[in-house]
Amino acid sequence: MRLFDFGVEIDLNLTKGVKTLKRTKNKNSKKIGKQTFVFQNEPKIFSSYSIVSQKEKDGPFSEYFYDVLSDTKFDEKTFEKAESKMFVYTLHNAIKKAGIKPNEIDILFSGDLLDQIISSSYCARLFDISYMGIYGACSTMVEGLIFSAICIDGGFGEVGACVTGSHYATAERQFRGPLELGAQKQKYSQHTATAAAAVIVGLVSQGIKITKACIGKVEDYGVTDSANMGAAMAPAAMSTLVQFFIDTNTKADDYDLIVTGDLGKLGSDLLRILMDEKGYHLGQNYMDCGASIYHHDQYTSEGGSGCGCAAAVLDAFILRKMEQGQYKKVIFIATGALLSTIIVQQGESIPCVAHLVLLEK
Amino acid sequence: METFLMYIKVFIIGGLLCVLAEILIIKTKLTSARILVIFLIVGVILEAIGVFKYLKEFAGAGFTVPIIGFGSSLAKGAIEAVNKEGFLGMFSGGIFKTAAGLGAVTVFSYLSALIFSPKSK
Amino acid sequence: MDMPTGDQFKQQNKVRNKKYTDYVELVSPKQTTWKSLLNAFWIGGVICLLGQVLFDLAKILFSLSDDIAQTIALIALIFITALLTGIGVFDKIAYYGGGGSFLPITGFANAISSAAIEFKSEGIIFGLSSKFYTIAGPVIVNGILSSFIVGLIYYIIGLF
Repeated sequence: MRLFDFGVEIDLNLTKGVKTLKRTKNKNSKKIGKQTFVFQNEPKIFSSYSIVSQKEKDGPFSEYFYDVLSDTKFDEKTFEKAESKMFVYTLHNAIKKAGIKPNEIDILFSGDLLDQIISSSYCARLFDISYMGIYGACSTMVEGLIFSAICIDGGFGEVGACVTGSHYATAERQFRGPLELGAQKQKYSQHTATAAAAVIVGLVSQGIKITKACIGKVEDYGVTDSANMGAAMAPAAMSTLVQFFIDTNTKADDYDLIVTGDLGKLGSDLLRILMDEKGYHLGQNYMDCGASIYHHDQYTSEGGSGCGCAAAVLDAFILRKMEQGQYKKVIFIATGALLSTIIVQQGESIPCVAHLVLLEK
Repeated sequence: METFLMYIKVFIIGGLLCVLAEILIIKTKLTSARILVIFLIVGVILEAIGVFKYLKEFAGAGFTVPIIGFGSSLAKGAIEAVNKEGFLGMFSGGIFKTAAGLGAVTVFSYLSALIFSPKSK
Repeated sequence: MDMPTGDQFKQQNKVRNKKYTDYVELVSPKQTTWKSLLNAFWIGGVICLLGQVLFDLAKILFSLSDDIAQTIALIALIFITALLTGIGVFDKIAYYGGGGSFLPITGFANAISSAAIEFKSEGIIFGLSSKFYTIAGPVIVNGILSSFIVGLIYYIIGLF
């Protein structure tokens, strides 16, 4: 075919001359089914730390959150700097809690919601640790856990860390408008949580095991309203969850708790319906971090969202309850709406992804 | 008594216009900037066809305080300037008539920004 | 070329997506219509009434002409809005008022002052000043453009 009319014929059919390569089997494959990984060395979460703002502290998880921001600017000049400081604070405290030195950590995975994931990079510059920035919107925490687990299980290190968080004020400016702008929010919108959490994963004798992981596919069911993120993300959660059940040949009742990241009330209802259609029923053991982080009267419409929402609930509630032995097998699946205001204004729909880890005591 | 009657009219007309805007927000998912532009252009048209001055006589601030009033001032300025200065008027008139408002908005917003900081909710 | 494209993707999933988005539309919670209309009505009404009172005051106290008194009233409303936006009260009024607070000149003033306050952190020139009209820009641009068109029409009519 002709690319430009230069009189030269260009062959764009690149596959023409390529031979189909014969594939060989990996002798110790750690993958089952289509998308699920099994970690044979069982990397464990052995330390974690989180911080939230007063608004989250006032919510239903009040008794579980143990560290609260004195003010939303965290003694910094701007909200962006405050967000980065929250990352540093949680990572520092998680390392301290683990009883190790920062340079004992082999790799740090970190991500946030802002352009060029600045909070993460400005956090990472203060630590003597190899760093990879990741972006998975609100699914960042699970993405980081999976990457850490892969690294450790593959033998590329012994201790990995992941840190993520979000701040209402920075996310609002990034995705919506000025804070003081008097615009009515849609009843199905979500409130970005001001929270951050750091988790340390390693080959140690005690802790919460990460035994399986399922990396999701990007799903786009044509939702174009950037306020309705729960509805956009529900299909992605469904896709990953169903694939995980197929790959492992299990069903929802086999687990003590199934936790989704931040679908909100509407999104988690939609997920139940979508799962029912696929023949999997989510019962009493299903909960959503976003839908349960705020009380109804806190003016947050559908609930919380943002990287920090799922991450802080994971640290403060799920991991603690697992340590106490209340839950033994927990599916933690975080969803991310990979949206940019630019392309949504150009009329595109919102692609979403969901990643899953299976945590076991 | 006449003032009191006027106040009632202002309240009702102003309220009804806002209800109309609220209906547009709920029913059409238009963003607020679009709705403001729509009402602004309605104001411009009302002034251009000469209806606005009767509306203003009827309900005063009920029509001038909503963004329709801003549109009408723009159109009114352009018309007056064209009649007075001719050709150049159509460029300068609208801005000239609304300059006081725009100036005030700029100055007060600037001052407010210098004094206050945004608060996270 | 047999490369996957966005259009192809949309075409393939058209039926599924339509079904899903229609369902989402159906179950998404709506603004409680009657209550929000009532709030918009009384808050909008009160703001306009305040405008009228200021207008009358300016007219009687300083014996000004209608046009000038009207401008003074609007400037006073703008001042009040800029102040309320700064102390973080305006967005709470807007939460209830909706159309009632943003259709009057107060909404326009709030759009500008909130942007100015928000972007102050990037500095006076590139933050505050250059982002000044990010939200209210459409109103000013379209307003000036449409006033030009009206002027043009009147100019052409005036020629004959």
